[in-house]
Amino acid sequence: MKKLISKILNNDAFGNTLASLISIFLGLIVGLVVMVIFNRAGAWPGFLVMLQGGFSDGARGIGQVLYYTTPLILVGLAVGFSFQTGLFNIGVIGQFTIAAYVAIIIGGKLSMPASIHWIVALIGASLAGVIWAAVPGLLKAYFRVSEIISCIMMNYIALYLVNQLVHDTHYESTTAMSAYVKKTALMPKMGLDTIFPGSTVNSGLFIAIIMAILVYILLYKTSFGYSLRCCGLNRDASKYAGINETRNIIIVMLISGFIAGLAGGILYLSAITKNYKISELFINEPGYSIPVALLGMSHPIGIIFSSLFIAYIIVGGSLMQGYGFPVETVGIITAVLIYFSAFSLIFKNKVNKFALQFSYKESQKTDSFKNE
Amino acid sequence: MQHITKIFPRIVANDDISFQLRKGEIHALLGENGAGKSTLMSVLFGLYVPDGGRILVKGKEEKISDPHEANRLGIGMVHQHFKLVQVFTALENIVLGVETTRGGVLQMDEAREKVDALSKQYGLLVDLDKKIEDMTVGMQQRVEILKMLYRESEILVFDEPTAVLTPQEIDELIKIIKELAAEGKSIIFISHKLDEIQQVANRCTILRKGKFIATVNVAEATNEQLSEMMVGRKVMLQVEKDEPRVGEVALHVEDLVIKAPGLSERNKVNHVSFDVRKGEIVSIAGIENNGQHEVVMALTGLMPVNSGKISLNGEDITDWSVRKRNYKHISHIPEDRHKHGLILDFDLANNFILQSYFTEKFCNHGFLNSHSIQNYSTELIKQYDIRSAKGPDTIVKSMSGGNQQKAILAREMDRTHDLLIAVQPTRGLDVGAIEYIHKQLVRERDNGKAILLISLELDEVMNVSDRILVMFNGEIVANVFPKDVSERDLGLYMLGSKVGV
Repeated sequence: MKKLISKILNNDAFGNTLASLISIFLGLIVGLVVMVIFNRAGAWPGFLVMLQGGFSDGARGIGQVLYYTTPLILVGLAVGFSFQTGLFNIGVIGQFTIAAYVAIIIGGKLSMPASIHWIVALIGASLAGVIWAAVPGLLKAYFRVSEIISCIMMNYIALYLVNQLVHDTHYESTTAMSAYVKKTALMPKMGLDTIFPGSTVNSGLFIAIIMAILVYILLYKTSFGYSLRCCGLNRDASKYAGINETRNIIIVMLISGFIAGLAGGILYLSAITKNYKISELFINEPGYSIPVALLGMSHPIGIIFSSLFIAYIIVGGSLMQGYGFPVETVGIITAVLIYFSAFSLIFKNKVNKFALQFSYKESQKTDSFKNE
Repeated sequence: MQHITKIFPRIVANDDISFQLRKGEIHALLGENGAGKSTLMSVLFGLYVPDGGRILVKGKEEKISDPHEANRLGIGMVHQHFKLVQVFTALENIVLGVETTRGGVLQMDEAREKVDALSKQYGLLVDLDKKIEDMTVGMQQRVEILKMLYRESEILVFDEPTAVLTPQEIDELIKIIKELAAEGKSIIFISHKLDEIQQVANRCTILRKGKFIATVNVAEATNEQLSEMMVGRKVMLQVEKDEPRVGEVALHVEDLVIKAPGLSERNKVNHVSFDVRKGEIVSIAGIENNGQHEVVMALTGLMPVNSGKISLNGEDITDWSVRKRNYKHISHIPEDRHKHGLILDFDLANNFILQSYFTEKFCNHGFLNSHSIQNYSTELIKQYDIRSAKGPDTIVKSMSGGNQQKAILAREMDRTHDLLIAVQPTRGLDVGAIEYIHKQLVRERDNGKAILLISLELDEVMNVSDRILVMFNGEIVANVFPKDVSERDLGLYMLGSKVGV
């Protein structure tokens, strides 16, 4: 029995999951403290409602959680994938934004049959993401320009460019947002609307999960993925092994940008009510990409679960407004939770150390039995 | 130090080790790699908190929680890789961190007096106004020692101090250490060179696999006994080999030039030409940083060549990519196994396929064939006796240095090649592992492969090679057979005297 516990404790997947759970738990406690500070009376009921998250609103609530999960999986994947290969694609926000615009234009301006319109719009969005990621990728590969700096620049270019373009080309002045996309361009529901009536969840969820699986296969099962992980873990050894790093950097950025673009396309084609709002601020969803990737330990499958968790907290957080918490406070609390989730790496080390001492002590015990 | 225990992931680095240092003695600490010497010293310096045991300094129990605490207790260390500021003078380096100031202004004169007095007292002559970057390694080491003395350290730890020195410098260092002990300092001398321990130490404590084996009086023990205690079995200290059966030229280097980066006029590699024939082990000896590193980088394609020609079996490979050279032509045991040789976060299986993951053997239509990778790994692990906790799934980071090196050796030996370049293949390894690696190199030679060995260890150069080249200042200054020279001669060539080219 003890042996079994020791074996489970020393299992990497278990350690990772436990570390994530511990950091979530601590985040929740600190979140509660923050809530007490802001609003003592409403803190506990508000906290409970946040914990219930999507479940407090029946099937529609669960559907909404899944709807928020969809883009989070994709942006998390885009960042996590680049992490694993030693790059930091912080430009997901810009790639997402530019892709959103392309999706809106193809969906709003062009006319096509319903069966292909959304596909064309999605492809266009993904390609926009690819182009936006290619710039920092090429700069990094050929001129050693830090991808972090060039990505941040590209993010601002995307933000202001899209603001201007939306205003000039596809604008609805009454709402100060982009004009509607055509019904033919909306993501098909594929039966999800009957399971989760009233929610905006759509087939994008399936695309996101399929992408996660594809990225998993690419990274861990193919020779190309092997060479990518080599570059990520030890650049010098990869050079020594004759791996073409320049080519890898470019391809990784292109794939990462493709996934980010897909996310932007899916989100802005998800419902007739989802429009691009002209603002000085970046879009919310891709902003979660880094915490999602960190909490999921950059592993494609882990990212699916971390996206679910963060979406759940977002939906739960929005319900807290009913207990006298202003929107800003809700933002702080979700941020605290996510902030803590980034500590999961620290807890991972703690878990490993504990597991170790446990098995050491056990082995001492069994040794002494032998001696007797 | 009594009953020190320290546990690391998957390994007990120190298991109930007791170690006692008397005042004024030189106490050697001997052990294989991964025996727990460094861990023990790190515990002494407060870098690690021990999981058990206690430390007594001058009879008083002390909790050493960080290196400052260790310094306060008079414990100082001369690291293997010096911790000096290159662009500072010796004096500045010595006072760094404990400067005397008055009203925020440095008072260097007082410091100079004190350092002068110390260097006279212990015979440590150093030009205090010279910058570190202009000094020889031996001089830099003296600065390190003065640094400890300036801080009034009573216990001095020398971590493999001779690894980077020439024979002449080693003699002087040993004299200095003896002087220090005679003046009442207590010295811990970490080494795996048995001859030096015999020369310098009074007592010697031997560790093996994290456990305390024995503390012996050096005068009463022979080298054979010491190495047996360290490894746990009898070891051959000499390499056994027959006369080489030398074949045709495999590697031909002609007029190789590599310019130094920046504005320096001196070439890193200055018109170097040499051959390595099939079935012979040619070694390049020399003090670190005399161009050997650049030659290897050029041969393996990791560094561009400014001019000259490299050919292998008559084929010009100067412009080949790293991958083309790796694939079926050159095997390379790199100088720095952590930086170049291994991906530490990968498991053994993934490290074995580092250069060949894309070949048909391991890859079908772009998909890795995990079955054949596992089989291949199991085979290599068995064949080369690599000790690993979980077989092919062992994360390389968790393995000892010796076994990591064995893993690289296994991979490079097993890959198809005509030329094997081994750069310091035994660096930091214990006698047992060194013996093993030398045997493998000789076996490879007897299989008719050309072997180029780059080493800073004169023992190794003398023992293993069939022919010796000495590099100095980017040029080859000697081309000799080991039977025609003594270690002392080699030491002189390494300092620049030309012979036989």
